[in-house]
Amino acid sequence: MSRGGSTLLPVLVVTLAIILLWYAGAAALNLAWERSVAQRAGTSPSLIAMLGNTMNQERPVLPAPHQVLHEIAETTIHKKITSKRSLVYHAGITLSSSLLGFALGTLLGILLAVAIVYNQALNKSLLPWIIASQTIPILAIAPMIIVVLNAVGVQGLLPKAFISMYLSFFPVAVGMVKGLNSPESSYLDLMRTYNASRIQTFFKLRLPTSLPYLFTSMKVAVAISLVGAIVAELPTGAVAGLGARLLAGSYYGQTVQIWSALVVASVLAALLVVLIGWLGDWVNRRMGLLRE
Amino acid sequence: MTVADTVIDIERLSLTFPSSDGDVLALQDIDLTIRRGDFVSFIGPSGCGKTTLLRVIADLERATAGTILVNGITPKQARLARAYGYVFQAAALYPWRTIAGNVALPLEIMGLKGEAVRSRVGKNLELVNLAGFENKYPWQLSGGMQQRASIARALAVEPDLLLMDEPFGALDEIVRDHLNEQLLQLWAKTHKTVVFVTHSIPEAVYLSSRIVVMSPRPGRIHDIIDSDLPRERDLSIRETQAFLQLAHRIRAGLRAGHSYDELA
Repeated sequence: MSRGGSTLLPVLVVTLAIILLWYAGAAALNLAWERSVAQRAGTSPSLIAMLGNTMNQERPVLPAPHQVLHEIAETTIHKKITSKRSLVYHAGITLSSSLLGFALGTLLGILLAVAIVYNQALNKSLLPWIIASQTIPILAIAPMIIVVLNAVGVQGLLPKAFISMYLSFFPVAVGMVKGLNSPESSYLDLMRTYNASRIQTFFKLRLPTSLPYLFTSMKVAVAISLVGAIVAELPTGAVAGLGARLLAGSYYGQTVQIWSALVVASVLAALLVVLIGWLGDWVNRRMGLLRE
Repeated sequence: MTVADTVIDIERLSLTFPSSDGDVLALQDIDLTIRRGDFVSFIGPSGCGKTTLLRVIADLERATAGTILVNGITPKQARLARAYGYVFQAAALYPWRTIAGNVALPLEIMGLKGEAVRSRVGKNLELVNLAGFENKYPWQLSGGMQQRASIARALAVEPDLLLMDEPFGALDEIVRDHLNEQLLQLWAKTHKTVVFVTHSIPEAVYLSSRIVVMSPRPGRIHDIIDSDLPRERDLSIRETQAFLQLAHRIRAGLRAGHSYDELA
């Protein structure tokens, strides 16, 4: 609790600063529209009046924080979850595919790391491809993957999860390779003196020592798997999901809708990262790797 | 002396480490026989190859020339047969396992289960006076207790041969004295053959029945001293004339082997 107390204040200060900057930005960016409205109407309202109006435009360049909050409240608390206009519904759809992709990506990352650590040939042949896979712009390859999967009859959750997996396996693979190679040399020598098999050394030594590395990379992976799911919803004209809300918002110039989807997406990502962090701390403490 | 009394037999053994700026001769022409039940110390400065020689016996390093037999078989065969227990300089306890879990580790690897593991863990923790600490984690124990736990772990496979690489090197002198006493009692109780690496002259004299003095660059054996101290001894023996004479002979050997050159 002492740790929470010492970080709460700095976080609050930064949050407050961001909100103030946001308001200032909204006023500055939306003022031009107020000026042109006044010009067309032939009136000359005071600057204060115009600034007041910048806070409540229908289609602002940059919506003010309270507009975004109001929109989020409208589309979460005041809508039924089953409604097509409920952000909870859309977030749920994006979340389910990103979590599926994250699980698959973590599994794939661990398997690749094991293959790389235990096989010198795979180390040389796989690693360049793994790195190359991440240099391809995801925006370019996402529609291709979805079209190809669609052609072979894979639809729904899986194509989007596949994009999430494509992004999230990478940090897990890299972190696990490092983690599996992290035991001290005396720990490994000890296994040698016991004439332990490779499988025994894996389960009794390499896997436990790699767990802190695994959870650190899973935090990165869960955040980008959410990004992957949203990106996967954009090019396909998906009708549901946070990506679809972003897309629909930009079609109709609904900036408030776009920003509220953005805020919900980042809050969701932050929650997922914190959740994985807690899970990691819990496991590490149970393993005796984190002292308390 | 019959062949059966020989635990380790080393003849003209050399070991070269390849390195980018030429090969490094770590051990040169080592000849050494270690008898069953002996407590043999390797003493010398850093770089004299004492740890390397111990690692060759344990098959953690391979000799590049000469022959070495452990229990009449190659070090590798001896390792595969789990013929020795090895104690490292750092306790090397796995932090995610309790003390009992650490001592049980070699037994699990041997395929033992249930009661067989429990009884052996209990017996060996008792041997190092750590009964009651089964469920503690390594970080909850002092450095000396950790090293005792690692000795219990080495003894758990019930080897006849115990290889110890500066096990008390990182501990303070008071703890070290105490552990030295306990180690001698353990040796008297279990009749194991112990090979012990150290760079402390009093420790070598106090513990050993034979002392191998080594010199650096390249690592060679300079002198082998058979101790005439009685097997049953306590710390007060360090004030006796016989003890001081042995310590003097080791120091003279280290000096003659240029162990004190370039140091400090």
